[in-house]
Amino acid sequence: MTAANPRHSQTEARLDAIGVPDGAGWTLAARKDALTRVRAAGLPQRRDEYWKFTRPDTLTQAEAPEAALFVGDTRPVFDDVDRLKIVFVDGVFDPQASDDLSAEGLTIERLAQAGKADIHWAKDLYGGLEQRGQDPVPRPLATLNTATATDGVLIHVTGAAKRPVNLIYRHESTTSDAMLHHVIKLDPGTEMTLLENGPAAARLNCVLEADIGDGASLNHVRTQGRDYQRREATHLFARLGTESRFKSFTMTANGAMTRNECVIELTGDDAIAHVAGTSMGDGDFHDDDTVFVTHDALRCESRQVYKKVLRNGATGVFQGKILVKADAQKTDGYQISQSLLLDGDSQFLAKPELEIYADDVICSHGSTSGAIDEDALYYLRARGVPKALATDLLTLAFLAEAVDEIEDETLQDEIKMLLEGWLERRRA
Amino acid sequence: MLEIKNLHVELEDEDKAILKGVDLTVEAGKVHAIMGPNGSGKSTLSYVLSGRDGYEVTEGTATLEGADILSMEPEERAAAGLFLAFQYPVEIPGVGNMTFMRTALNAQRKARGEDEVSAADFLKLIRAKAKELKIDADMLKRPVNVGFSGGEKKRNEILQMALLEPKMCILDETDSGLDVDAMKLVSDGVNALRDAGRGFLVITHYQRLLDHIKPDFVHIMSDGRIIKTGGPELAIEVEKNGYADILAEVA
Repeated sequence: MTAANPRHSQTEARLDAIGVPDGAGWTLAARKDALTRVRAAGLPQRRDEYWKFTRPDTLTQAEAPEAALFVGDTRPVFDDVDRLKIVFVDGVFDPQASDDLSAEGLTIERLAQAGKADIHWAKDLYGGLEQRGQDPVPRPLATLNTATATDGVLIHVTGAAKRPVNLIYRHESTTSDAMLHHVIKLDPGTEMTLLENGPAAARLNCVLEADIGDGASLNHVRTQGRDYQRREATHLFARLGTESRFKSFTMTANGAMTRNECVIELTGDDAIAHVAGTSMGDGDFHDDDTVFVTHDALRCESRQVYKKVLRNGATGVFQGKILVKADAQKTDGYQISQSLLLDGDSQFLAKPELEIYADDVICSHGSTSGAIDEDALYYLRARGVPKALATDLLTLAFLAEAVDEIEDETLQDEIKMLLEGWLERRRA
Repeated sequence: MLEIKNLHVELEDEDKAILKGVDLTVEAGKVHAIMGPNGSGKSTLSYVLSGRDGYEVTEGTATLEGADILSMEPEERAAAGLFLAFQYPVEIPGVGNMTFMRTALNAQRKARGEDEVSAADFLKLIRAKAKELKIDADMLKRPVNVGFSGGEKKRNEILQMALLEPKMCILDETDSGLDVDAMKLVSDGVNALRDAGRGFLVITHYQRLLDHIKPDFVHIMSDGRIIKTGGPELAIEVEKNGYADILAEVA
């Protein structure tokens, strides 16, 4: 009977193509549970409300669609940063290319090997935050990931991590289908910076679960791209304790299909969560940021700042929600999503939502779509700035509010440089 | 320096004639003022000369040192030495004032085949020029014109003029929105730039500004034409009697 339902037959076909990996060890219980859950929910379908603006087909089909390897200048991202490098090639850990995994203030293990341990700190976390994030909106691709992830890192932060940890992805096979699952636990009062970059695979499904203890701080900066044909679904689940901080920034460049879901739960009083992103798409580009922030404690602050630059028929999507529960008084919530359409062919689809049950809160949201400001362009040109350069300057200015969310200046400069480079290469 | 001959201009969208045959020559080292009632075409003239979209030149020419500026892009006109001080300077959130000015200066220099100015040299240069106009470091750091008062915006225009050292300066109602002190400051800035090699075209409603920036010639513009030309005394006459007498006289 399930075979008659396309949702279920497709889910089974996808599961047949991967399956739960061997040696799952302590993750096995969570994986089996996830398997049951994803079978019950089924993978996303075109008509699902949560997938209204983005077609899930290429993310859910049994085999990954082919994706050409990126050809172009490949100056390593974050190269000016003293960081611990962990490399995954087509979703598989590469020990030769990676640094030694021991570092001050934290322990790092590979998911693929952690199964050996009987008891593990991540036992209650692996798939735990993912499961919490299923309500009220199901996220079956993340559940699929919990069940079948083949690799990833488990990072336990026990002090102030000196160096950022950089997950570097490399894409070397045109048909690779990567399934990565990372878990980060920050003990109370600790801090770390996580960087991610690089084309990961022809298709990537990546889950990151971050449990941020009281007074702890997690900084997250990632770049996606500049490969053109990749398909990518990422889920970022973060739970924040009292007075903790989480800042996440994503730069997305190119890519046929990118769906970034970000699910944040503010469970401790006075916590702060900022998520921001810039997207640049030219032509065959579909980029979807779907954010869900739940305020479930007193005096928490959340910000969502998303900016998309679109041209030549590119599509940008933003679905953002702030849910303020009844006891989350003094919530300060902010959400802005904007697109800069560089021509008439591109489109931006946005669904901003607020759902508020507490009575003493400040929440604001806005969404706009616009072209380059002609008056500003004329003013710059009247001062001698050529049109193409003036357009770039105004585009960078449009992106600035999101980029400014990156606290670390070196990282901010790095992202600015990448954005400038992307624009420069497209100058008429 | 600037030679305008029989210039006819229409609004592109409306097929409406705004300038109906303007003839004007501004010599190097001279200050020409244009006065006239609202809607006479004064600001249109400044926009057309600087290359703003939305206007169509149907007849006539405008040259800067012999070069046809009407066929140039706005940035090419700027690099050729034309500068318009805007009546309403545009606010550009997200672009730092310093970045803006350095980008403009270097773009112009590059267009002229000159070396770009280094960050350090630029800083020295801009600080010195800003000081004369009482523009503080904060104004240089903020986004272009964002949160500036009316007077600050106009001072910022003059700062750009001082920095870019154009050959031909057009000031479009630079006195609007200025109090007496700000007007003095701005005028001093302009006067400091008066030079044998530089021409000025000052567009204004009021004679007040011309007390500070003393013109060599005053032109009265009405209905898209220059209808009368004289010396500084013409501005005083306008201030005293309004435009009615002059309009009646030429009618």
